[in-house]
Amino acid sequence: MNSATSDGTSVVSGPGASAPGAGDADVAPSRRRAIGRFLRPMAAMAPFSIYSFLGLGVPILAVIYYAFHSEQGRLSLSNLSLVMHGSYLLGFENSILLALITSIVPGILGLILAYAIATSRSAMLKRLVATASGVLANFGGINLTFMFIATLGSTGILTAWLSAIHLNPWNFGFNLYSFYGVVLVYLYFQVPLMVLVITPALGGLRQSWREAAENMGASSWGYWRHVGIPVLMPSVLGGMLLLFGSGFAAYATAETLTAGTVTLAPIQIGSLLAGNQLAGQENVGYAVGLGMFIVLAVTMILYGLVRRRASKWLR
Amino acid sequence: MTELVDATRSAGAPDQAGARVGLEGLVRIYGATRALNGFSLTIEPGEFVALLGPSGCGKTTALRVLAGFERLDSGRVTVDGRDVSKISAQHRDMGMVFQSYSLFPNMNAINNVAFGLRMRRQHATQRRQKAAELLELVGLSDQATKYPHQMSGGQQQRVALARALAIEPRVLLLDEPLSALDAKVRGELRDQIRQLQQRLAITTVFVTHDQEEALSMADRVCVMSQGRAEQTATPAALYSRPTTPFVAEFVGISSRVPVTPVGGSVELFGQQCRVRSSDAPTPPGEVDALLRPEDVALTIDPTAKPFVTHKSFLGATTRLIVQVDGVPVRVDLRSDVAADIELGARVRPSVVSKDVLVATRTNRRDLTPE
Repeated sequence: MNSATSDGTSVVSGPGASAPGAGDADVAPSRRRAIGRFLRPMAAMAPFSIYSFLGLGVPILAVIYYAFHSEQGRLSLSNLSLVMHGSYLLGFENSILLALITSIVPGILGLILAYAIATSRSAMLKRLVATASGVLANFGGINLTFMFIATLGSTGILTAWLSAIHLNPWNFGFNLYSFYGVVLVYLYFQVPLMVLVITPALGGLRQSWREAAENMGASSWGYWRHVGIPVLMPSVLGGMLLLFGSGFAAYATAETLTAGTVTLAPIQIGSLLAGNQLAGQENVGYAVGLGMFIVLAVTMILYGLVRRRASKWLR
Repeated sequence: MTELVDATRSAGAPDQAGARVGLEGLVRIYGATRALNGFSLTIEPGEFVALLGPSGCGKTTALRVLAGFERLDSGRVTVDGRDVSKISAQHRDMGMVFQSYSLFPNMNAINNVAFGLRMRRQHATQRRQKAAELLELVGLSDQATKYPHQMSGGQQQRVALARALAIEPRVLLLDEPLSALDAKVRGELRDQIRQLQQRLAITTVFVTHDQEEALSMADRVCVMSQGRAEQTATPAALYSRPTTPFVAEFVGISSRVPVTPVGGSVELFGQQCRVRSSDAPTPPGEVDALLRPEDVALTIDPTAKPFVTHKSFLGATTRLIVQVDGVPVRVDLRSDVAADIELGARVRPSVVSKDVLVATRTNRRDLTPE
């Protein structure tokens, strides 16, 4: 039934019309559903968020706090000043150099290897390399160090074989227990890591892009320069960033191989945590940790900027 | 239309007609499979030829051989009489449009179109101008700065077409360019491709498994089977005068009716019909006549044995299926005529064509009404 109101509008009434107040009853369940939709993912994320906060957030806050405080609890820049000079600065320089070398060289080698595998017709070879890369990428630390010492150490088995044919690498300036020895050992797990990271991206390169480029008159290099490399660049940069982080923060391999003779920031932190510190410099380790955090943060920002430029076509 | 022609000219359309293409005895073997088994075809300058056939018939392999993406085991490819079999795809001067668009994802539309010109070291200003004109030609001027993932499938394929045309190819190759598109876009792009091809007079080879596309677009259609050309003819001739049973059954719809050949004729529905002459001899033994739905007429006759089992309204025509001695025969009638014939009605079929094609008898009797 329709009836006119004083303002001229008509009101519909009848079996299909809502009773006064029914709207509120309808709103309440929909609001509850909306709240439920919001809370459910939050509840699912809560355990990991708490874990991350306790395992990462709290230590970072502690590192920042103690890096800016003296042993007497006063606000101070003396710790930071100390790590920007002398052996601590050298540790950062070496760590950054090590991370750069072990991200760029394995990045390129891994890319070439992954491409060779991706274009291989042998499914068995692909499976084999994928499995081996998965294992080797996680094969670092003491085991790996021992393997290299047993192989390429001054009395290693490969060294002995090479000596027999007068090609002992140690006679040509090679030293496994040096900075470049660490680089060599890092390659062992960084190259497979790059293979793992970049293989899916290579799988996304379509054969028809290459054919289309060829059809347009592009040489193989023309295709790679204008299509292949730009398409892969965001993934390559992402892979190299991962390698940089891995090379920058790795501790056990370098420590067990060089016994601290190569100055690296993670080894210095390990040493300070073990109590090898001077009186009055108890908080220097936090400042080194903060330095590492800043280096990684700056690297991430630079990576973000480069990737943003490299992948503008993805947006 | 005037703008279309102008844009094409300023976009560098070739003044001369396209190239003459010869595919001579092409053989391509993959393991135990002969993808091309002596395939031969000559394409006249400016002609639009469709390669039509079922999956695995070798049509895409033939196109890829022509493009230079596949090596030949034997045979040769010629363009204007010059053997290009050993020339790489990079130097063949052929524009190709792929089924999956294959636009470079890191380049926007205008850079995709300009890519071939860039590879030919054309000046940046010139190539951008030409690419812009080609985008206008395919109706995508407003999409010039869009990346492939920001465009629809139809738009991407138009860009791919512009890209292929930008290099002023001597031969345009289209590898099922419409198959990934929805019906409406497919129809529009089909018309656009044909229109452009005719305006530019580029020799064009179009691969498709869709006979409607092939028959509506091409000057000639080459029906392929098992790596060979079964028949190459104009769409009308292919449909109305198929020379092999495969073509008769693959192109359009045919009903198989068992007949016995006597000399050069067969008895069909009580009529004597000439057997259609073709390159292939009449097969020995028991044969089937292959009848198009429009080759049969019906007369209502309550005393006749054949009767109507299915009736499908198709618009101007209505398709009926008539059981003739247990054999289903499709018949297309004008809908106003078919309206008088009820399901189950007794009818007398007759053949209206001058001759019929016969093929070795098979047990296949397709009973599915359309």
